[in-house]
This record gives sequence, structure tokens and C-alpha cells, in this order.
Amino acid sequence: MQKSLHIDPGKCTGCLQCEMACSYEHTGVFNPARSLIKVFDFHHEGRKVPYTCTQCAEAWCLNACPVEAIRIDSGTGAKVVVDAVCVGCKVCTIACPFGTVNYNHDTGKVQKCDLCGGDPACATACPTSAITYIDADWTGLGRMRQWAQKTDSAARV
Amino acid sequence: MAWTRKILRVNLTQGSCVSEALNMAWAAQYLGQRGLASKYLVSEIDPQVDPLSPGNKIIYATGPLTGTMASTGGRYSVVTKGPLTGVIACSNSGGFFGAELKFAGWDMIIVEGRSPTPVYLHIENERATLVPADDLWGQTVWATEAALKKRHQDPLLRVSSIGRAGENQVLFAAIVNDLHRAAGRSGVGAVMGSKNLKAIAVRGTRGVGNIADPKAFMAAATAGKKVLAENAVTGQGLPTYGTQVLMNVINEMGALPTRNHRDVEFEGARKISAEAMHEKRASDGRTHLVTNQACFGCTIACGRISRIDETHFSVETRPEYWGASGGLEYEAAWALGSANGVDDLEALQFANLLCNEDGMDPISFGATVGAVMELYDLGILSKEEIGLETPFGSAEALCKLAEMTARGEGFGKVIGLGSKRLCAQYGKPELSMTVKGQEFPAYDGRALQGMGLAYATSNRGACHLRGYMVSSEVFGIPVKTDPRETAGKPEMLKAFQDATAVVDSSGLCVFTTFAWTMNDIQPQIQAACEGDWALDSLLQMGERIWNLERDFNLAAGITGKDDTLPPRLLNEPCKTGGSKGMVAEIGKMLPEYYSLRGWTADGVPTAATRSRLGL
Repeated sequence: MQKSLHIDPGKCTGCLQCEMACSYEHTGVFNPARSLIKVFDFHHEGRKVPYTCTQCAEAWCLNACPVEAIRIDSGTGAKVVVDAVCVGCKVCTIACPFGTVNYNHDTGKVQKCDLCGGDPACATACPTSAITYIDADWTGLGRMRQWAQKTDSAARV
Repeated sequence: MAWTRKILRVNLTQGSCVSEALNMAWAAQYLGQRGLASKYLVSEIDPQVDPLSPGNKIIYATGPLTGTMASTGGRYSVVTKGPLTGVIACSNSGGFFGAELKFAGWDMIIVEGRSPTPVYLHIENERATLVPADDLWGQTVWATEAALKKRHQDPLLRVSSIGRAGENQVLFAAIVNDLHRAAGRSGVGAVMGSKNLKAIAVRGTRGVGNIADPKAFMAAATAGKKVLAENAVTGQGLPTYGTQVLMNVINEMGALPTRNHRDVEFEGARKISAEAMHEKRASDGRTHLVTNQACFGCTIACGRISRIDETHFSVETRPEYWGASGGLEYEAAWALGSANGVDDLEALQFANLLCNEDGMDPISFGATVGAVMELYDLGILSKEEIGLETPFGSAEALCKLAEMTARGEGFGKVIGLGSKRLCAQYGKPELSMTVKGQEFPAYDGRALQGMGLAYATSNRGACHLRGYMVSSEVFGIPVKTDPRETAGKPEMLKAFQDATAVVDSSGLCVFTTFAWTMNDIQPQIQAACEGDWALDSLLQMGERIWNLERDFNLAAGITGKDDTLPPRLLNEPCKTGGSKGMVAEIGKMLPEYYSLRGWTADGVPTAATRSRLGL
């Protein structure tokens, strides 16, 4: 089964456990400044939204890269930056419509979500299941189920 | 290690920022945050110093678990000599600022002296700069944060600042970070104001990576989170209802101080409760509560985000207050509401917004308004003197007085002195509901005997967070005790006070202790920090911190005679409810408490006690 990260902003409390888990997984340091997932706080609306790469099928970053440093992980389908190849030209950061691939001035390379090789640390760390790692073809299943339950009016009598 | 081992020392008189090594021998004895900052403070200032003079220092301190994946590991404390109380002040805040300071590579900031003109401190990792803040002086906390993010082109900047209350040296001014998290009590914001320090803005990108045993730490932190998630209070009650879950519970016990402690039950309690925050309003069909919100790293998420009723008189012409923002916690709802007999939830929210926006402690502000309303009721204060009518229950008066106090206008200047000085000024010192100059929080010391003793003996004046006996007397955590009973309370309180001092020194939030015992906390500290942090060592450290604070307070001029409650709580029995007929029986408990602490009959630590604790 191909899986993908699924984000339900309504469940996010803004605790940043995901940002710490991400940075710890990738760098061994608790450091939200180096997290590949970011939580945005729309304060006056009372909304918090975690956001990261959705692993596009036709990935702009991958297509734009002049040195083929972004490759597809055959196990997870993640678009992964190969550090040894990346030259830090940042063309992918221009190409990505969502802003989820960014330059890291400490390493001189770009960085993006790699799904942690199939066990995303952010999803494991999220205390409210606002971030889950589920069947890529059925991310809508939970929401469908909620509405399906409401639709069967006869059963509610 | 978990410490960054670095202190930033800022001298405002000289305009210097210097890095120095953390005293690791002290860290081994005091851990971090509250304990370690207190050790630095008492070692560096004259206990007799005027808190608002350049001779006082103010310390912003993280704990070793601040900025880690331990749940709630984002706390910092502000430690200084408090202007409201004249004793040690130690105010703890959540939000995101503390973790950011740690990520920038600093365990603590020690600020000394006084700047000739307003400045703010800008920290970007190892680089710290004092920057002129003349244009920010007179601005609110919220405007200051927005201006600094814009100026530095940095939306990720974390800001801790004072508003106009701190600038005006309101004696209960708070320091506010991340818009509505506050180092709230004892007037730490006034100290910042006295030093002409408007704000600290931090951006840290180094992270916290020096955990002693990372594998053991991750296992302990994960186990701790599971305990919090599965506990009814931390897993369901607090995220759903916030601390406001207490309003109806405490009222029904006859333990909710009402109208300056004249009463112990509030007929309007339900209207200002957590349950009311969940109900749809008649005016707009919306609920007051929008969502809950976590501080950094917190898997409980008790914070409230609320939206005020746009048609309410307080904001109907002020759309800038219509968006969602920090909502009522139990203490604020009580102090602004029950303490004044005000049952208008929207008015409480507005006053709470003003407290956040201009940096005031809502507990001390609300409780002082309670005293004003009683003086008005007795005819001692007049409409002419105050500038408006202030009967008990007036939502209009509450809102107006909040604005006047924050801005230092008219009678607001007198309110800004706090209830002790205000009541003394009008010849009625006995009407001030304070201990050591600090106003009571939201539990009546007559109805809960253990809390009465906790208030009398707290090292920062009346406070619920130094030994939360409510936990046992109301919730039965760790064991249920009879709130009417005095027997056994001194021993339990000492254990609570010492354990709380440990939690406050670690970087964790004390609310975890609804679910966690020291057996859940100790493995997290041990795995993160090098050295011996066995349970016994930790609890002895808690006791050491308590005695260090006590020694400072004694040197600052208090005596055992100050370990008492206002005459109303000692002599006027509760009138109604489950606590009817009760008074606070401090005299029955204090000698035993002193004895358990290893103090003389006058409340002074003996030489043997000092020596046992390494003081």
C-alpha cells in the first residue's frame, strides 16, 4: 500500500511536537528551525495548520532540478533530495508551488520531507492525530465515513 | 547535559551583553529555571534592595528540559525581587519564548542596571544586541510584537515584553510572551519597566541536542506522554474545558471567594464557567470558546482561544478586539468575575484581553478591584474619588477600571498599587485580601484548610502554584484529604512545595502533576541531565530551593509574623454552603509546619537545616 501524510488541521493544538520530532529524526537535535514540517498559527481565526510536502505525483521540484538530485524513493514514493548530488542552486525552491522545499544554509543543500523512509516521525509524535500516515488512495475515507453516517437518515429514527 | 552551559549577562547601565559560562556546580544543586535562577539572584543582589531600583536584577531562566520533546517542556521563569511583595518573585510562563531562548543557545539571561533610555534586547543565536526602543515605549504588548517582527523581517521571532502597565510600574504588571502567555505574578513587569527594558526578541536556530542519554530520554518522554493522554484530567478535562473546569466545582464546595471574600459562593458562577464558554450565544449563535491551544511541546493543551461577542458594550465600536485571542483561564475568570461579583462572561473576556494586551496580572488586578468595590460599598470611596460608580457586580466598572489601570489614568494609578497599599491608603488595611502584599487566587483559605496554610507560607505571597493543596483536598490527587481537616496538612504541604520546586526548575509545567508523580518526572530529568538525579536527590533539591527562597525573604525583612492570612479569613466564618462556619485555622498548623521544615518557632531555618541542605 502506498501511504501518504494526511493532515487534519481541526485537530492541531499547535504544540510543535511534530517539528521537534522531524528535526530530531533528521539531525539528532530538537530544533524547529530545521523541521521539514511547519505549524502555522492563524491566531485571530483560532486555527493551527501543520503543513509539509504532499509528495506530488508530477513533482515540480524533481522536474526542475538541473542535476537530478531529487529522486523517487521506490518504497514510499517520497521525492527525496540526494545530498551528495544537490548543488544548492535552489531552482527547486522556485519551482515548488507550495514552498515546501527550502534551502539550508548550514549544509548548502535544499531539504524537504522524505517521509522518514516510511515511518514519519511527525505522525508518530502528534498527540491528537492531526497528522497521520495512511493509505494514499483513501485519505478521504474518514471524512466520507462521517458524512455517510449522517446520510443514512432512516437508521436514526 | 541538556543545559547550553551559557548565560547571557546584560548590563543596561553600561549597554553591554556578555556571554559567561553557567556555574555547573550550582546546576548540580539547583537544576535550572526557578532553582538555579534563584541561586544566582540571591548570590548577586542585596536582599534589602529597592525592587524598582537599578540595584535589583531580573533573570529569565529556562530549565534543562525546556526545548526538548518532554511534554510541556517549554517553560521559563522570571526571577527577581518583587515590587508588589518585597520578597523573591518567581513567575513562570509557557508559550514559545522559553524554548526559543534555549534554541538560541542560552540557559538564562541576567539583566542588571538600568538603561538611560528605552531599549529592547534582540537575540539571534549567539549574537545579542541592545537596540533603542523609544518608538516602542507607550506601545502595547501586541503592538510591540508586531512591530519587532516587521522590523527584523522575521515572522518566526519570539517576543517577551511589557505593555503600558509595566512601563507605568503598575505593581502587578506582568511580562507577556506570545501574545497571551504571561510571567504574571508579583509585578515582574514593573521591574522590567523600571529598567527601561521594553522587550526581549529571540530567534534561535541551534536547537537542543546535548541530551545525556537520548535513547533513554525519548523512551521516558514517550512514557510520560502516554500517562498524560490516559489521565482523565490531563487527557480530557483540561483540553476540553481548560482550567475553567474548576469554576462550578469550587463554587459548589463553598470555596469560591466572592466579593472580596465576603462570600464563598457566587450566584453567577455558572454564567462564567467552562460550560458557559461552550454554549452558543443568543446574540450571534456562536460559542465563546473557539478552540484549545497548546504551549510549546505540551500534549495537554489547556489554553483557551475565545472570541468575544461583537455586540457587547465593551467592544461594539472596537473591531480590533473581535478576532479570536487568549481566553479565560480559571484564575482570570475568578478574579475578574467572582471576586467582584461580575457575572458577564464577555466583560470578563474584555478585561482579560486588556490584561494580556498591556501586561497586567489579572488575579491581582481583579482582586484589587474587589477591594475597591467593597470600599465603595462601605462609602469609604466615592464616585468622585474613583471617577465612576463601582458597585459590586458592575461589568462597566470592571472594563473601565482595567483600561484606566493599564494606562495609568486617574484612579487607575491607585489601583496599580495593588490591594494592600490601596486599602492602607484608605484606612482599611484589613480589607486587603493579600499575603505578603500579594492578592489571593481563586480558592478560599477557610474552606480548604491546606490551601490556607499554603497561602500563609508561600515564598512569593498568596499563590496557588507553590503547593497546590486543592489537588488533594478537592481532586484526591495523590490521595483525598478532608478540606475541613487540619491534621496531616503541614506534612502534605511541605511535600507539595518541595516537589513543585523541582518541577518549576526543570522546564516542565506543574499542570502535568495532575497525572504525573515524581516517578514519571525523575526518569526524564535523569535521562536528559548528566549527574545524579535520583528521586531522593531531587526532593532534597526541592527542599533546598524552598529554604534558599526563605532565607532571602527573611533577609529582605519578613518574619514569621508575615506567615498569616487577613483577619477576615481568620475570624469571619464562611456564611453559606459546604464550608459554612469555617475559618482558616493557621495557628493549628503553622508550628508543626515550621518543625517539619526544620525551622525555629519563629520560622527561621536552623543551622542544622541549612547544613543538611548545603546552604
